Amino acid sequence: MENFSAIEGVVALLILSGASFALIGSIGLIRLPDFYMRLHGPAKATTLGVGGVLLASMLFFSTRGDGISLHELLVTLFLFITAPVSAHIVAKAALHIKLPYIERTRGKPWQ
Amino acid sequence: MNRSTPTQPADKRHLQAARSARRWLPHPALSAFMWVLWLLMVNEFSAGHIVLGAILAWLIPFLTHSFWPEATTLRKPLLATRFVLLVLWDIVVANVILALRVLGPMKKLQPAFMTLPLDIKEDFTITLLASTISLTPGTVSADLSADRSALLIHVLHVDDIDASVTELKQRYETPLKEIFECS
Amino acid sequence: MLMTIIPLAMLMVSVAIALNLWRLAMGPSLPDRILALDTMYVNAIALLILYGIYQGSPLYFEAALLIAVMGFVGTVALSKYLLRGDIIE
Repeated sequence: MENFSAIEGVVALLILSGASFALIGSIGLIRLPDFYMRLHGPAKATTLGVGGVLLASMLFFSTRGDGISLHELLVTLFLFITAPVSAHIVAKAALHIKLPYIERTRGKPWQ
Repeated sequence: MNRSTPTQPADKRHLQAARSARRWLPHPALSAFMWVLWLLMVNEFSAGHIVLGAILAWLIPFLTHSFWPEATTLRKPLLATRFVLLVLWDIVVANVILALRVLGPMKKLQPAFMTLPLDIKEDFTITLLASTISLTPGTVSADLSADRSALLIHVLHVDDIDASVTELKQRYETPLKEIFECS
Repeated sequence: MLMTIIPLAMLMVSVAIALNLWRLAMGPSLPDRILALDTMYVNAIALLILYGIYQGSPLYFEAALLIAVMGFVGTVALSKYLLRGDIIE
């Protein structure tokens, strides 16, 4: 019983931190002033948030006694591969249509 | 047709055996990856699925091998494991830092575009580097120059651009170069 | 304990999706909207997985996997449209 509640605690911690990161990523999407800065929220925070929730799900279903459950790993892997790719291609599209960035940005994108 | 006559020297026979193994199993790493993916997807580790997964993992790369780019060889598996662990740790750190910046005052952020000159040449390695940069502290890779010699990176907050570029090169590009390309 | 934590986490993710919807409606530019959609599908996966844990059923996983695949393809197709004015060349 002692052992089980420790696992439950870890699952709860993973779920809470995952949900917080997802929320922070979306707050970033609203608060940050220009498009290129907004890109940082989804590319990192949201991905890690979902990663945490999926890890929690993996732990939860594996310790229920129906054998181990690893297929959540598949979604995590897929998200971690695709998130940088989609961030890159959206950034490329934004650069292509010459989306403005705030003035205090140092450095210039290539022409 | 691969039967070698006994008069051939041993090393030549070896080479031929390697070439025929390459023809029958064009992408060993891809096959292994697909096998693991199949087992994860059905979420069942019974004998039937292990065999079916192995057949699919062999058959699909074999039938589609002309579409795949030339495989890159993993030179240093130990260093690769260390690199993956380093990146995973950096992702967690990156997110805590990002969370503090997003929730903190916006006025203090100093975003910048910076150019990272590339030493690595192969497509696969450049892709890995760009993805790593996007997932780790405060940086997102935004564009690759047409001649594949530089990456354009957007940073959420940076004090010293040159130091930051040097650190990125040291931390991620050098190990990647060692793992996949001869240096 | 979990049965009180999970609804809380689901509430947080729902707020996140509402914020994404706001960005989707506000814009101001097309890449912003693509980004908002991209974030929204990732959050939807989190919500679905949380619901799966809450119900104690692994059935919702397949839906999450499908959303992940389709969402990625959608993001790439929309960006590609901006880049080239065409999706399939």
